[in-house]
Amino acid sequence: MSSPAQSSAESLVQSVDWLAIAPPTIAAVVGLVVLVADLFLADSRKALLGWASVAGLAASTALLLPLLDGDRSTFCLTGAPDVCSYTADRFTLVIQFLVLGGALLAALLSVTALKDANKGLPEGEFWFLLLSSAAGAALLPASRDLATLIVALEVASLPAFALVGLRHGDRKSSEAALKFFLSSVTATAVSLMGISFVYASTGTLYLTQIADRIQDVDGQFHTLAQTGVVLTLVGFAFKTAAVPFHFWVPDTYIGAPLPVAAYLSVVGKAVGFSGLILVTVIALPSYADVWGPALAALAALTMTVGNVGALRQQGTRAYSAVRLLAWSSVGQAGYLLVPIAAAAYSDDAEKSIGSTVAYALMYAAVNLGAFAVAALVGRTRSLNRITDYRGLYAKNPLSALLLAFFLLCLAGLPPGIIGLFAKVTVFSAAVDAGLGWLAVVMAVNVVIALFYYLQWTTLLFRAPEGEAVEHRVPAPVTAAITITAVLGIALSGAPQLVLRFSDTGLF
Amino acid sequence: MIDINESVMQFLLAFVVVGPLLGAAAALLPARPSPDHHPSTSRFAAPLLVTGLKGKSPEQAVLRHGVTVTGAVLIAAIVLALGFDHDQPSKMQATTDISWIPALDVRIHLGIDGISLPLLVLTALLTFLCALYSYFKMPSGPTPKAFVALLLVLESGTLATFAVLDLLLFFLAFEMVLIPMYFLIARWGGEGRTQAAWRFILYTLLGSVVMLLGLLLIGIEAGTFDMMALATDNGRSLTTSVQVIAVLSIGIGLAVKTPMWPLHSWLPDAHTAAPTVGSVLLAGVLLKMGTYGFVRILLPITPDGFRTFAPYLAAFAVVGIIYGSLACLALAKQGAKGDLKRLIAYSSVGHMGFVLLGIATMTPTGVNGALFANIAHGLITGLLFFLVGALKDRTGTTDLDTLAEKTGAALYAKTPRLGGLLAFGAVASLGLPGLAGFWGEMLALFGAFDPADDLSRPAFLTFMSIAAFGTLLTAAYLLVVVRRVCMGAVPQAAPKLADVQSYEFAAWTPLVALTVVAGLWPKALLGLTDPAVQQLLAGGTR
Repeated sequence: MSSPAQSSAESLVQSVDWLAIAPPTIAAVVGLVVLVADLFLADSRKALLGWASVAGLAASTALLLPLLDGDRSTFCLTGAPDVCSYTADRFTLVIQFLVLGGALLAALLSVTALKDANKGLPEGEFWFLLLSSAAGAALLPASRDLATLIVALEVASLPAFALVGLRHGDRKSSEAALKFFLSSVTATAVSLMGISFVYASTGTLYLTQIADRIQDVDGQFHTLAQTGVVLTLVGFAFKTAAVPFHFWVPDTYIGAPLPVAAYLSVVGKAVGFSGLILVTVIALPSYADVWGPALAALAALTMTVGNVGALRQQGTRAYSAVRLLAWSSVGQAGYLLVPIAAAAYSDDAEKSIGSTVAYALMYAAVNLGAFAVAALVGRTRSLNRITDYRGLYAKNPLSALLLAFFLLCLAGLPPGIIGLFAKVTVFSAAVDAGLGWLAVVMAVNVVIALFYYLQWTTLLFRAPEGEAVEHRVPAPVTAAITITAVLGIALSGAPQLVLRFSDTGLF
Repeated sequence: MIDINESVMQFLLAFVVVGPLLGAAAALLPARPSPDHHPSTSRFAAPLLVTGLKGKSPEQAVLRHGVTVTGAVLIAAIVLALGFDHDQPSKMQATTDISWIPALDVRIHLGIDGISLPLLVLTALLTFLCALYSYFKMPSGPTPKAFVALLLVLESGTLATFAVLDLLLFFLAFEMVLIPMYFLIARWGGEGRTQAAWRFILYTLLGSVVMLLGLLLIGIEAGTFDMMALATDNGRSLTTSVQVIAVLSIGIGLAVKTPMWPLHSWLPDAHTAAPTVGSVLLAGVLLKMGTYGFVRILLPITPDGFRTFAPYLAAFAVVGIIYGSLACLALAKQGAKGDLKRLIAYSSVGHMGFVLLGIATMTPTGVNGALFANIAHGLITGLLFFLVGALKDRTGTTDLDTLAEKTGAALYAKTPRLGGLLAFGAVASLGLPGLAGFWGEMLALFGAFDPADDLSRPAFLTFMSIAAFGTLLTAAYLLVVVRRVCMGAVPQAAPKLADVQSYEFAAWTPLVALTVVAGLWPKALLGLTDPAVQQLLAGGTR
């Protein structure tokens, strides 16, 4: 008598694999704890909040380790146990590592930024927002249905709007936040509409089921499904800051506190492209002939516009260093899109995706490194113009050498060997897929990008203007620079560490 | 010649490639407070070399460090050359093959054969001479520390280009020289250096990313990046259309570096602006990376594709010969405000034209000639740039009109030895029989007289006669230069010019001696390259 009741209860109550969902959960919980603790902490001890958040992010990164042993899934359909909402496979883990590690580095930079802001930024809210956004970003690569995907996307981006606009009474900051918010919400609305079309034509939200069912949609729903696919993609393209959805980037990066700009440049991008990968490669492989050319064109446009934008930056303008990093990150987003586009043409889509992942890991390490040095320079030169970096080598040789290394990695020239080989994998994905024209466009872009990266690098070694100001480098910034430098140099010696993702399947 | 254990040979080759890099890192380390110890280089130190060099300031110490490291590398290269099995120059020797990035199938595959060995030794020699020269004559600019480090990275990149046997590693080495050369020109150069340095790096980079696409295409289609495997395969696993595309894109990258007319326009500016040492290395070894790539990659790996483009390559090469000579003639004319460095740079375009013509014939004779001309050009043009640099140090200008004034600069009278050397360099450069410049160009012309079977003989005969006419033009402008610089009436109140110093002798004598040796005993070099070339053309390396 009791057994049928029990089994029906089991069918209603899902068993949750808590370990699998630990990384995003910890980040979210710590975020809430910090928000509450903020109410009870005396002003003098607010710094504890920052360290608690850093520890939380470190803990959730560390919790990725026990998941390495194999794929785990949870929140599965009771009827079909292989259809799940949350999957922690290799792809998920790598992206979660990227996102949480990136957030951790951004948090280290924020500790100093908040201290320097001297109560200009509300600490509790800041950490809460950062952690929530990181939790959303970590949830996203694991989600395997469109509803979870959209929820994760919004959890990742809504706090980011607030982070951008957090500086009290700063007109530029709030304007940037508003720009970011309006354009982002429009894009989300569009992709929600697309998802509803896809749902209408297939009757499911699970990615794998969509992949099966969308192939034999009723003839009359065909247009609807196609429109749905395109609209869904638009939303994710926005998050990667692909052209023409890029215009918010430069203003947002300048308006935001620098660590937040660093966070957006890496984690924001990861959110966008991992969502794009899930939607295209997992859910809509049969529409490869639609999204393939679209993404290829988008990639070409994005890298060209981004690099030309970066090229046009004048070194003497206020915030030109951050502006340049912002535009160059648009260009880099273009490179990230190339292998995803190539996946449409290639027999082995997972290998192409691996190239994107490998490139993203390289980009995350060196871009955060560049931002970390920019944060360091920004402490004494608050305008953060490129010309402020003139003669950095004379003042602070090590950080100048490291910035040069990071910039050359981004440019993809030795001694930035990892940058070079990451570009090689992207190129080889394009060539492999027969996208010769895209490879040529990218080649031209690499040369354009070299120009501005190298121009900045040269400036570091010029004779300095004016007196060198000695100042102590705060420990968190040192830690961030050290971590990124060690990563960059280790990867340059053993590129296989990240490039292996371009060789094996991730799903 | 002497029997050396294979693992010692492997170590030596690895040391030749990596040693300069370690040396560069050591040069950047903060100098020790006590200048008696040269900074952390004792492990590379060849005590014999250092004892003769005095100077205790930190600047001197780091420059001496450069001499030590390049000296050690030169010694290693010479030992490699001695240990090289001269009976089997077509066999890859001192090979190392370690997996590095399995994901991209990149292997650290090093090895030398008769084609790469002379270039390796030439590079080590020229870099050492440059380091020695700068020890006594530091180019004006920022700290010598960075200068030495950049010089060493440059050396490592060049040596690696000649030693690696993996396409992607070749690309890496090819790119590695860009940043050091850029900074050498931009920071230690003369007038117009910023522009020239930008031109250099942007041109070369654009060429080399296009080259990367071709390399990837080959690697992906053939399933391996290993040059030896690909060369043995001799293009059989690549369809003709793939080969054509690959040759086009790789060829563009290499042609920019060589440089081939009309992709040469970065070269005159770069040479004119670069410091003496930069010019010597640029002309002496960097240009050879391009032609080496043609021989090592395109000829054996994509023979069908190369055959398609060979006549065009030959045509461009011949245009380059004529163009370079005419440009030099124009520069050498009175009142043309010709710069001597620029003139030698244009003459390089002409000389490299001969090299390309030799390669384009696809015959053993032509390719051997090309490789010989490569080495000869490295020696002679290296010497010429040294001499012009010395002339600039003494007179403060390289402008031919300023130097020559009305009748001529009269170096024979003012500084007989410098004048004599300059005349020697010019005569060697125009290809006087008995000196190194002769054989390469003659063999290249011979090759063009009887090109490979599938190539159009009439076309190549035309190219040959035009190129032969080019040698006349070359002779013409070089003799004009000699007349205007070395001869002339000596004004009464002429300022005293110092004649050749002993350190200059030290730096130049090896080049002069080798020019003569290569001219009188070409077999020393051809005996090395010929078997390797025969095998390369017949289908791969063993």
